[in-house]
Amino acid sequence: MDNRPPLWPEPGFSRVPYDVYKSAEIYEAERQRVFMGSTWSYLCLDCEIANPGDYRATYIGDVPVVVARDMDGSLGGFENRCAHRGALICPKEGGNGARISCVYHGWTYDLKGNLTAVPFQRGIAGKGGMPEDFRREDWARRALRVESFRGLVFGTFAPDAPPLEAYLGPAIAKHIARVMRKPVKVLGYNSQILPNNWKMYICNVRDPYHASLLHLFFTTFRLNRLSAEGGILIDESGGHHVSYSKAATDRPSADYDAEKMRARQDGFALADPSMIEGKDEFGDGITLQILSVFPCFVLQQIQNCLCTRQVVPRGKDETELLWTYFGFEDDDEAMVLHRVKQANLVGPGGYVSMEDGAVGSFVRRGISGSGEDRELLEMGGRDWRSQDTRATESPLRGFWKVYRERLGL
Amino acid sequence: MIEAELQFVVERLEARYAAAIDDDRLEEWPDFFTEPCRYQIITRENHDKKLPVGIFFANSRGMLIDRVRSLRDANIYEAQHYRHILSPTLVLAHHGDAVETQTNYQVIRITAEGATALFSSGRYLDHILVNGTTPLFAEKLVVCDSRRIDTLLAIPL
Repeated sequence: MDNRPPLWPEPGFSRVPYDVYKSAEIYEAERQRVFMGSTWSYLCLDCEIANPGDYRATYIGDVPVVVARDMDGSLGGFENRCAHRGALICPKEGGNGARISCVYHGWTYDLKGNLTAVPFQRGIAGKGGMPEDFRREDWARRALRVESFRGLVFGTFAPDAPPLEAYLGPAIAKHIARVMRKPVKVLGYNSQILPNNWKMYICNVRDPYHASLLHLFFTTFRLNRLSAEGGILIDESGGHHVSYSKAATDRPSADYDAEKMRARQDGFALADPSMIEGKDEFGDGITLQILSVFPCFVLQQIQNCLCTRQVVPRGKDETELLWTYFGFEDDDEAMVLHRVKQANLVGPGGYVSMEDGAVGSFVRRGISGSGEDRELLEMGGRDWRSQDTRATESPLRGFWKVYRERLGL
Repeated sequence: MIEAELQFVVERLEARYAAAIDDDRLEEWPDFFTEPCRYQIITRENHDKKLPVGIFFANSRGMLIDRVRSLRDANIYEAQHYRHILSPTLVLAHHGDAVETQTNYQVIRITAEGATALFSSGRYLDHILVNGTTPLFAEKLVVCDSRRIDTLLAIPL
């Protein structure tokens, strides 16, 4: 009998016990119930496995998986662990071919994870080999369901997960489609090791309250348009969200010029503002859209800087943040250069993102010895629904609602 | 310029560049570059794949000045400083006043808490102009060996 007090005694989702970030037991439970449960995890961009036979090594939670486009064009995937001795079947970034062989003893799989060949299965000259009752078909790797939506490839271990588009829901699907509106190409990768639990990063992404308080680049250089309108949209489950804002386009430009003038006089204008000269390529005036899909995916548009962020837990106290920067296939040279410049805003050294690395570390160190203490997430009330203000923490409460349900906490 | 003198000139430039960063004289950092210039921090992975996005990019002194002002006045990060360890500079090519060099670096990062750790290793692929009184970087490409950055990269490499 387990007589310990419950980890999360209070109802609701506005008081979060710090133990959810610190418990090794919770970390194990998350792997089963969140990542390997009926959720969809982002795996890669469609264009990274564009051709039949293309495959890539990636992760669902911290579980290594291979995602592949089979020779017939269908998407699939499987756990990246050899049936024999547990080695990574694909220890590289990826490759192309109808079969993948484990380097250790050459056990070979097709792109659906079926074991197709075992070297010396019948032994050598009648000696050795596998037992008579060994059947390769019993040892297929755990398969993923893989689906793509608008150029984004997701996978799930759960046979009972809803179809991807149903999981995303119409509102989130619409905001994904808004950004992923034509074929994309990768412009670069970065990896950032965050010294904190994965949920701290995810909750930071979903926290619209901190943006103008912690990330001071835009305010310092007077790049904020104060009348910027925006909103928070949370899907029906509570697990996904979109936060967006528009630099007001309807304001008389004289106001804006006056603002720029003040910045120049105060000595707080950028010496080279070419980086932030946004081009309204989506035609709707939205200059910032941060979208998250439960559990670990973020799609970001900050002006013309477009990224996917894949959040990979690396133990309970460490997280790897994988940034994939992309543009559109039809970008000309000038547009690519513009995106390269705007990439300065985000990533491990980004003007409006480097603080996110710092605060995770501050929180992890701050909650040492926190006992039964808990986070207080009550900006904008205790509900988790969409709100038309960004002075709210409702997307965090939506996350914790779904999290509690899945963990059974 | 004779070869020995050239070697001395480019190595002294690299040493002065690293010292300015390590001594927190970041305001002097843009002065090591021509106008226009090109400075980029990029991982070996992206560099090898010819992918254009790195960790930081500038093609004007103004963008370098903005980086320093943002670090000073806008960005929030734990106090830290660097210690650069540079290899001897290898002159790869030399055409008139333009010199192409490679210098390997290690940057040790020391945080306010006291942790001393290897933060980045890699190579500087530089285009140096030696025609004026002071040699300047027309281009400095910082190619980091690892694809991973620990926590954040604030101060330039």
